[in-house]
Amino acid sequence: MSRVTLAKALNAGLRAAMEADDKVVLMGEDVGRLGGVFRVTDGLQKDFGERRVHDSPLAESGIVGTAIGMAMRGYRPVVEIQFDGFVYPAYDQIVCQLAKMSYRSQGRVRLPVVIRIPFGGGIGAVEHHSESPEAQFAHTPGLKVVACSNPVDAYWMIQQAIACDDPVIFLEPKRQYHGDKAELDTTAEPPPFLASRVVRPGTDATLVTYGPMVRTCLAAAEAAVPEGRSLEVIDLRTLSPLDLGPVVESARRTGHVVVAHEAHTNLGMGAEVAARVSEQCFYSLEAPVLRVGGFDVPYPAARNEHHFLPDLDRVLDAVDASLAF
Amino acid sequence: MTILTGAPTAHESADCEPDYVQLLTPEGERREHPDHHFDGDDDLVRTMHRDMVLVRRVDTEATALQRHGELGIWAQLLGQEAAQVGAAHATRPQDFFFPTYREHGVAWVRGVDPAHLLGLFRGVDHGGWDPAEHNVGLYTIVIGAQTLHAVGYAMGLTADGCVGTGDPARDACAIAHFGDGASSQGDVLESFVFAATYDAPVVFFCQNNQWAISAPIERQSRTPLHWRAPAFGFPGVRVDGNDALATYAVMRSATDRARSGEGPVLVEAYTYRMGAHTTTDDPTRYRSGADVDAWRRKDPIARVETYLRRADAIDDAYLAALDQEAADLGADLRRRCRELPDPAPLALFDHVYADTPPELAEQRDAYAAYLAQFDAPAATTPGVSR
Repeated sequence: MSRVTLAKALNAGLRAAMEADDKVVLMGEDVGRLGGVFRVTDGLQKDFGERRVHDSPLAESGIVGTAIGMAMRGYRPVVEIQFDGFVYPAYDQIVCQLAKMSYRSQGRVRLPVVIRIPFGGGIGAVEHHSESPEAQFAHTPGLKVVACSNPVDAYWMIQQAIACDDPVIFLEPKRQYHGDKAELDTTAEPPPFLASRVVRPGTDATLVTYGPMVRTCLAAAEAAVPEGRSLEVIDLRTLSPLDLGPVVESARRTGHVVVAHEAHTNLGMGAEVAARVSEQCFYSLEAPVLRVGGFDVPYPAARNEHHFLPDLDRVLDAVDASLAF
Repeated sequence: MTILTGAPTAHESADCEPDYVQLLTPEGERREHPDHHFDGDDDLVRTMHRDMVLVRRVDTEATALQRHGELGIWAQLLGQEAAQVGAAHATRPQDFFFPTYREHGVAWVRGVDPAHLLGLFRGVDHGGWDPAEHNVGLYTIVIGAQTLHAVGYAMGLTADGCVGTGDPARDACAIAHFGDGASSQGDVLESFVFAATYDAPVVFFCQNNQWAISAPIERQSRTPLHWRAPAFGFPGVRVDGNDALATYAVMRSATDRARSGEGPVLVEAYTYRMGAHTTTDDPTRYRSGADVDAWRRKDPIARVETYLRRADAIDDAYLAALDQEAADLGADLRRRCRELPDPAPLALFDHVYADTPPELAEQRDAYAAYLAQFDAPAATTPGVSR
């Protein structure tokens, strides 16, 4: 047992996966000697060697494309995309090549590639460093898309993603890399991989979220207590496939659902959750499913990002609107 | 292998002799080259001739099947038989090909059932062969994307210790096929970077057939394509892609070099797309018949036939028997193409993932129930399921 940050937990998870399977290789820009710009791969090249931890040329399509080839040769590459906004040069390789290989080969070619993407804003970065591209990948059949929200999940989920025989887009909330620490018991039973989870029980309304917004929603639920409101918070954890069982169960109890994410609201994950909750819980809902997300503008300059990113107050404002409906 | 240096020159036209390795002239005369030698015997030449004749028949039949509405589209190989057959024969079974969508000659030599190629273009699947069985990947439609897969595979070969051991049954390489159009793609150039910096055992095999649909090679490059290789740090060589012997010889040395751990090579097979880009294309809108006629005189099969006849390695009876074999192959393909079953509707949902997620299984089951209504219309009352 030790208290670790999310970055340290990922590092420990990667190390465990590499120890368990020598076909696991890490690829990406600056992941070797430097240990990654966020230090998630710190020390791994030193311990596992350059053959298993590659400092790739600076070309995202090349990194993902060669990872596909290595997977065809029997490897389990874990690719780091340095920042969310840099994933787009690899978009064809991810969406047209990686995602479709199992389908087009009738299951003969499996590509167990994990693409780690630090995502989300709130770090005061220049443009292209604060994006939330998850819906673009969740919209693509053939990819699994997951987002961790805390160190314990990060530790287990990265190992489960690497063990998965399908390609996985693994989203890491970058503003929490070096944030809250959590007790990590590496001998504990890991939680199921592609499963959402109630992270705070409540009775009046349901907050559905993932990634960096889990922390915000938990804080919102805490802030709502003095107002006499009991908010349930659900961490989706998996965005494709979605696991809406706990959400549906909760919605039927509370009748009020708010979905929160940093990504643009239009056609974001919240839209899909809202549609499915409406389909499955229509007669239980006391209000339409509301969405709290980034506005439908390009990610703004850092000095304005606090207006773009949903915060505790905007989440609670949506809860108020739902309960007053 | 020679690394070319010097100032750029203009592109060669069909009438002008390009600077390339040629070991068999269009007139069927053997030629020597200081760096490249064909070390095969006439049996190998005869085998390559037979393969070229038969795969040309596959191509002709497929084109006809498209005209008859049996295929949605077909990408013709006509004119590129020597490049593909020569390259494929130069490799070892453990080498792995990463093809474009026009690599019927490679598929043929590697034993891929041509009916699988027809199936792809008929629309029954996206490629029915097992890549691991033939060491031929599925055809890649997005131009140039497969070159990166080849380099990654080659990086895996290095990591597996399958390079430079000296064991002819163990050492292997990857072959990345692409065309002149693809040479403008970022993925191809990135694959050069990765191959060079990882010293990957990969041979880049560029069939420069002069045309990317309607765009001529001059729109892709101001210099010969093989000149790009030295800039990335590995050798490039141009070969007469209509000369099976030269292509074989150059690919033999290129693959030997890659397998031995000396790194990548770019081979530019200089050839011509005699047919349309695909059966949907009309090349008369953008190129002259004179160019096509000039290239027809450089036919890859005719020159080998002339050579083999002169060498008394084949005769009229052999060619008549081969013609009959080709006719039988064509008839068999026509029949098997028409007999290819349409995929089962619910196969739509198979193999998206290693294991079907519950939400996708729900979609599949709901669609199965929807379809079942039409089988037994009185059995259920239509309604909105909830």
